[in-house]
Amino acid sequence: MAPALEIHDMTVAYHRRPVLWDIDLQVPECKLVGIIGPNGAGKTTLIKAALGLAPLASGKVEIYGKPYVQQRHLVGYVPQRESVDWDFPVSVHDVVLMGTYGRLGWIRRPGRAERETAERCLDQVGMLPFAKRQIRQLSGGQQQRVFLARALAEQAQIYFLDEPFAGVDAATESAIVELLQTLRSDGRTVFVVHHDLETVREYFDYVILLNMRLVACGPVETTFTPESLQKTYGGRLTILDAAAEAMRQGDPGP
Amino acid sequence: MNAAAASLAIAWPSTDALWIMATGAVIAAACAVLGAFLVLRQMSMMGDAISHSVLPGLAAAFLVTQSYSIGPLLLGAVIAGLLTALLTQTLHRFARVPADASMGVVFTSLFALGVVLITQVKGVHFDKQCVFEGALELAPLYTVQWGSLQLPRALAVGLIVLGVNTVALVLLWKEFKLSAFDPALATTMGFPAGVMHYLLMTLVAVTAVASFEAVGSILVVAMLITPAATAHLLVDRLGPMVLLSAAIGAASSVLGYALAVHFDTNVAGMMAVAAGGLYGVAVLFSPRYGLLSTMLHNARLALRVIRDDLLGMLYRLEELGAERRLASRDARTAIGGGLLAWWGLASLQRNELVSRAGETLELTPAGRDAARQLVRAHRLWENYLVQFLGLPLDHVHEPAHRVEHYLDSGLQQSLRQKLDDANVDPHGREIPE
Repeated sequence: MAPALEIHDMTVAYHRRPVLWDIDLQVPECKLVGIIGPNGAGKTTLIKAALGLAPLASGKVEIYGKPYVQQRHLVGYVPQRESVDWDFPVSVHDVVLMGTYGRLGWIRRPGRAERETAERCLDQVGMLPFAKRQIRQLSGGQQQRVFLARALAEQAQIYFLDEPFAGVDAATESAIVELLQTLRSDGRTVFVVHHDLETVREYFDYVILLNMRLVACGPVETTFTPESLQKTYGGRLTILDAAAEAMRQGDPGP
Repeated sequence: MNAAAASLAIAWPSTDALWIMATGAVIAAACAVLGAFLVLRQMSMMGDAISHSVLPGLAAAFLVTQSYSIGPLLLGAVIAGLLTALLTQTLHRFARVPADASMGVVFTSLFALGVVLITQVKGVHFDKQCVFEGALELAPLYTVQWGSLQLPRALAVGLIVLGVNTVALVLLWKEFKLSAFDPALATTMGFPAGVMHYLLMTLVAVTAVASFEAVGSILVVAMLITPAATAHLLVDRLGPMVLLSAAIGAASSVLGYALAVHFDTNVAGMMAVAAGGLYGVAVLFSPRYGLLSTMLHNARLALRVIRDDLLGMLYRLEELGAERRLASRDARTAIGGGLLAWWGLASLQRNELVSRAGETLELTPAGRDAARQLVRAHRLWENYLVQFLGLPLDHVHEPAHRVEHYLDSGLQQSLRQKLDDANVDPHGREIPE
């Protein structure tokens, strides 16, 4: 059985400047995975690389043993809440319906089955009463729930969530965690970019510790240790920074 | 006014006038349906850029083929339009030029090149006035045969482009919607945002060529953006917004024609002015974002605060057991005076929350209930500030005064629980039940 996510010798670079160096990791399926690291560590970039949204300078990413393009129907994505315009003229229901678009493929329109899926997913996050609202009229926590419902409507095997707890209320946070744990028990693998070190042990059973390079990846009990945290948060690697900057400027040195 | 009506009445029945209005309306609608997506993707200026760069595309196509036939001209214009989009993005991404600057550089340069080509190079004959402001008035002169119907050529072209845009939007509705709202998700689902972007740019370029003849290259952008921006103010669903954009575009062309006839001026220019006028009306009167509704909302809020202040003041006087009752003049002065204070007091009396005996004011039982609510909110908040924010006693009245109007009974209940059912405020005054 291929691992849910396998990243092999991956370097991600913007304008030749590497932001993630030589990442090599495997995550088995059925895990709730926290992606942990300081600001600028490349957590979002890791997700984007896995989803084919970031340019790989080298290496490869595989979902259940195959490249992303062949497996996209297995993958659901929740981008950061601020990445979209909440003034956009759509209702809550419209947004969740978007989760079904990937399965439909080009040109086919969502029908009754898709609308029912959307309603079921809205119900799962407790947002069904808000289905007809314009999305601007929601609080931050409600917006995040809508994004989560949209991901559920993707009916994926693997989910990537980018900071789902940013700016949400405590009730929403625990509701989201509960839902993610249900997904895991149903055999899904869920990756979550996460900031709050206090709750890591409580929420996740697997962690990826990241700071421009992979610090550690494994089960929480053995991996989320004071030593590896020290390595993750103990300052940036200045040589790595300098090398990245030199590569951006394309200067081979004297 | 009668003269105006008369001139309209004379202008109305003429077939030419109807053709001109129909042409303008169809082209405006074709532009507006695409414009909705430009506005939503915050790419309004891209519409401007592409409509300008159509000019060198047309000139170059003519230079190569030496003919005015529509095929090559359309191809040239579309290539120039896509080149604009591509160059803009390339400059932005690889030369690190800010997005707006790269657009400004690319489209003005291309447009200038077009101007040079049509004025300097031998053999290119474009009417310069037509290029800049269009020749909608002349539309009925050039006709084509469509079955048994003789149509102005510009109208036929407009209908074709409107048809193309409609078919594209209907077929790829969900793809356009998703890539406009969340391009990253669209890409991960296999609808690459880049492909959708260039598809939209192609449609914009084709539409710009068609509109070019009627409204000129400069006013195309008004037809692309203004009706869509107006519709965005008025509705909050994508489908209705696109349809309303088209309707507003068509309406502004009819209105613009009537105004142009009345003022005896350029039709295309007046259409753009009419579109701008409709936008202005929407800015003022839009139910949610309109200036008027915002002002009304603010005024209502100010009135509520004034009413609350009056009630609170009367309640506190009662609580002190003061013999003296407040005269209405003094009450108004105490809350700042002016028209709003007068209005606030009058509305309290109208709602029978405050009664007036001679010159002095008295809370009615209903008014006392309302005031108690308010004072409770105020004192609970003072407690909260002291206990949870650690504010000193002499710093809590003002903040509580600002917040008291917004604490409904639910919030008051949670405050109560947080504060362990406190029944006195930090100053030792009772928190009323």
